[in-house]
Amino acid sequence: MVNRKVVGAHYGLRDWLVQRVTAVIMLVYGIAVAAFVLFASGASFEAWQALFACTWVKVLTTVTIVALLWHAWVGTRDIWMDYAYHTGVRLTLHVLTILWLVASFVYSVKVVWGA
Amino acid sequence: MTTRTVKFSIYRFDPEKDAKPYMKDYTVELDSTDRKLLDALVKLKVVDDAISFRRSCREGVCGSDAMNINGKNGLACVTDIDTLKQPIQIRPLPGLPVVRDLIVDMTQFFKQYHSIKPYVINDTPAPDRERLQSPEDREELNGLYECILCACCSTSCPSFWWNPDKFVGPAGLLAAYRFIADTRDTATNERLDNLEDPYRLFRCHSIMNCVDVCPKELNPTKAIGKIKDLMVKRIA
Repeated sequence: MVNRKVVGAHYGLRDWLVQRVTAVIMLVYGIAVAAFVLFASGASFEAWQALFACTWVKVLTTVTIVALLWHAWVGTRDIWMDYAYHTGVRLTLHVLTILWLVASFVYSVKVVWGA
Repeated sequence: MTTRTVKFSIYRFDPEKDAKPYMKDYTVELDSTDRKLLDALVKLKVVDDAISFRRSCREGVCGSDAMNINGKNGLACVTDIDTLKQPIQIRPLPGLPVVRDLIVDMTQFFKQYHSIKPYVINDTPAPDRERLQSPEDREELNGLYECILCACCSTSCPSFWWNPDKFVGPAGLLAAYRFIADTRDTATNERLDNLEDPYRLFRCHSIMNCVDVCPKELNPTKAIGKIKDLMVKRIA
């Protein structure tokens, strides 16, 4: 294969936008949870458990976890693009990152939605 | 005439003679008219005429004498010597191949600059006289057209260090926005297409080293942000 520098993948904007939107989701969720811990719960385990028994809290938590993992994907992929120059090595790192993030998501579902 | 002594530590490398680069110490006597770093370097050349560096206009317009001064990129001709901590460490611009001493090979930098087509593209029939702009439209080009292509910004950008062959770099992207913002240019979509790439544009993570070092006090990060805004506007 000829050794040409190739650029022009025509993507990047969506990831850049996703990184910003997911950051806002995490920020809002983080502030809400911090406010609950500081002001509403008296910081007791029972109050925390009661909060996470609500379906809407579970849904919002899962949405935030998806935001976190998507955000982590864009950021980690950026690091591999910056520092891993060999295409095969970079693709392998990309795949391993995706597997790790998907596994993290599955485990988070078990934690949030499990009994 | 009052004189003063200034100490230097200068990066030296002659690929024909030296196995690897080294720092060499110098002391130079300056008189009261020697105010800028370039004045001192010119005096230094009398002490050691083998020291190589580029310089031309000596007033911050040509962009030839960009170098790394005490760890920060800048133009020797507009940097006051008395503001610098001694010994003044002078190195070539980081991230580009060194030709000799303080002279770097700018090929990659200019390749990226040319890749954004730095000229007005307009396929409509040329008017009898020049293509006009309103004063408001012209205003948008301020802070963009003044770039002197000294490469201080791009060579202070880690994203350009890691991917100089793929990332356009702050200087090139500032120039790209200069033509995207120009109302006389009709290739806006093609220009945005050309930049929509994870490497060409989106290697910029807005760390603003470029803004910090620009000797013309321009703001490539802001221009890059405006390119991204236009891309969002295009799809949203």
